[in-house]
Amino acid sequence: MADIDPNKSVGIVAEQFVALFSPPNELVLDNGEKLGPITLAYETYGRLNAKKDNAILILHALSGDHHAAGFYTPDDRKPGWWDLYIGPGKAFDTDKYFIICSNCIGGCRGSTGPASIDPRTGKPYALSFPFITIHDMVKAQKGLIEHLGIKKLLAVAGGSMGGMQALEWAVSYPDMIAAAIPVATTANHSAQNIALNEVARQSIIADPNWKQGDYYDSEPPARGLAVARMVGHISYLSDQAMHEKFGRRLQDREVVSFDLLTDFQVESYLHYQGNAFTQRFDANSYLYISKALDYFDLKGKSDTLAQGLRHVKARFLVLSFSSDWLYPPYQSREIVKALKQNGLSVSYCEIKSEYGHDSFLLDNPQQIRLIRDFLHHVSEEVQSNAA
Amino acid sequence: MPPKPIQEQPIREHRYEFDIICGLVEENSRVLDLGCGEGNLLKMLHEKRHADCAGVEVSEDKVYACVSKGLSVHHGDIDVGLADFPDNSFDYVILSETLQEVRKPALVFQEMLRVGRKCIVSFPNFGIWSARWQLLMGRSPVTDTLPFEWYEGPNIQFLTINDFIRFCEHKHYAIDQAHYFRRGKSISLFPNLLADSALFVLEKESIQNS
Repeated sequence: MADIDPNKSVGIVAEQFVALFSPPNELVLDNGEKLGPITLAYETYGRLNAKKDNAILILHALSGDHHAAGFYTPDDRKPGWWDLYIGPGKAFDTDKYFIICSNCIGGCRGSTGPASIDPRTGKPYALSFPFITIHDMVKAQKGLIEHLGIKKLLAVAGGSMGGMQALEWAVSYPDMIAAAIPVATTANHSAQNIALNEVARQSIIADPNWKQGDYYDSEPPARGLAVARMVGHISYLSDQAMHEKFGRRLQDREVVSFDLLTDFQVESYLHYQGNAFTQRFDANSYLYISKALDYFDLKGKSDTLAQGLRHVKARFLVLSFSSDWLYPPYQSREIVKALKQNGLSVSYCEIKSEYGHDSFLLDNPQQIRLIRDFLHHVSEEVQSNAA
Repeated sequence: MPPKPIQEQPIREHRYEFDIICGLVEENSRVLDLGCGEGNLLKMLHEKRHADCAGVEVSEDKVYACVSKGLSVHHGDIDVGLADFPDNSFDYVILSETLQEVRKPALVFQEMLRVGRKCIVSFPNFGIWSARWQLLMGRSPVTDTLPFEWYEGPNIQFLTINDFIRFCEHKHYAIDQAHYFRRGKSISLFPNLLADSALFVLEKESIQNS
């Protein structure tokens, strides 16, 4: 049973669902297709104030979801994915701010995605689900924010894919956010980023159970999805973190086996992570979201990133981690440079950390402090402007 | 785990310089402070001059301090941090007590006067008599404004006031103002011999004095 301290945790939370974009007002996607109705699963923590100007939208990463903080039941083994950051007195202080987190479209944790039932056929969309983009995810989130009666968000914040969405918010809806906190992210995927994603996709596609995505009545392509997750997991860690955690230690044996059994601890760990992932994630969602990541290019149709950001108004706190080799600090600095070229107020910090890309999810006092202090000043500024 | 307290560094911020700089900078100016430390000067300029402030700072701990003051700060080297800014994006670019730690001063000044209209620079004077005396006695100088032994200091450039004036002439930088200090007080006589630090305001092009 979880030890829920009401002074430190948002406590027991409940999922909420909203149906938006019902025909004939479907969401027009970047690929030209229409999608609707769309269900968004979301959670909120803290209270929306009377002026509705203390709302912060938290955006999740590829394998994340809307359960960002708190517990569903007192028996939950783990809290939401950013519980270290969201709660009373934490970086996203629920005593001060109203926190919203929604599952992205294309996801599989309650929002409309490939595993959802297509109302036109009564069957899961599977591969008939349209290919979505980060921009499409943000358009759907805007629907939720309007549904909640919020005209302007105090901030948008997220790491990795969540950071891309935060950036996209700043570009697409410059008047709807006061500040943005993109963490451990990039303005577009490098060839290496796309290559890693393609290995993950091919492993799913190569699983005979995948059946062109039409597996919802049969065994899912769990082996393919597990391998995809293993590839991803390696990219989230650092050489040093893996060395410290596993080294070359053997798993349940004294000497190597000279066969294909699991010799090393790191292998056992990856198997565990891969298999655990298949219990909670849909393989088609993985394919669709990983494609959305590869398609993402913040500059849009502009020639340069700086031009693409010309309408942005938000204040920025951009954070990267020194050992992140998935989205290395140079990718954050490119974003910072383009923001500065537009004369925007931006703070940038490369936080020293040994834990690779995953650092943004871990208990990192530096990150906690930077976000808390930055939000404090943004909030004061918004309050003084409103007064 | 609570946030780590900021490491106390030896204070090299000269308050008397801050007052001078505060007097120089006009209301609502756009100011960039290179090597802004914990952001004390920028905070002061923001509060007293309503300046639109940005800083560049290489130390991670000091970046936290700047963010906690609500300042915009770029974590990085001065050289890299400067390259990101477009031409003429600031009224003032400040290099306060940092010149002596810069690897390529000529390039930094070129960049400062690219992104800024004016530049304010201050540095410890290596030409002060006590430094000359120590050198004459065969020792590397250790003075109030150059307080480090040769083996543990951050300083890599050792320049005198006269060196700097010659540099400006060579580069055709117009010296708009010059201030000389000894133990925190302004002086004017024999600055290269008596001043322990100096502050200059430079402009991009010579102003035609009528």
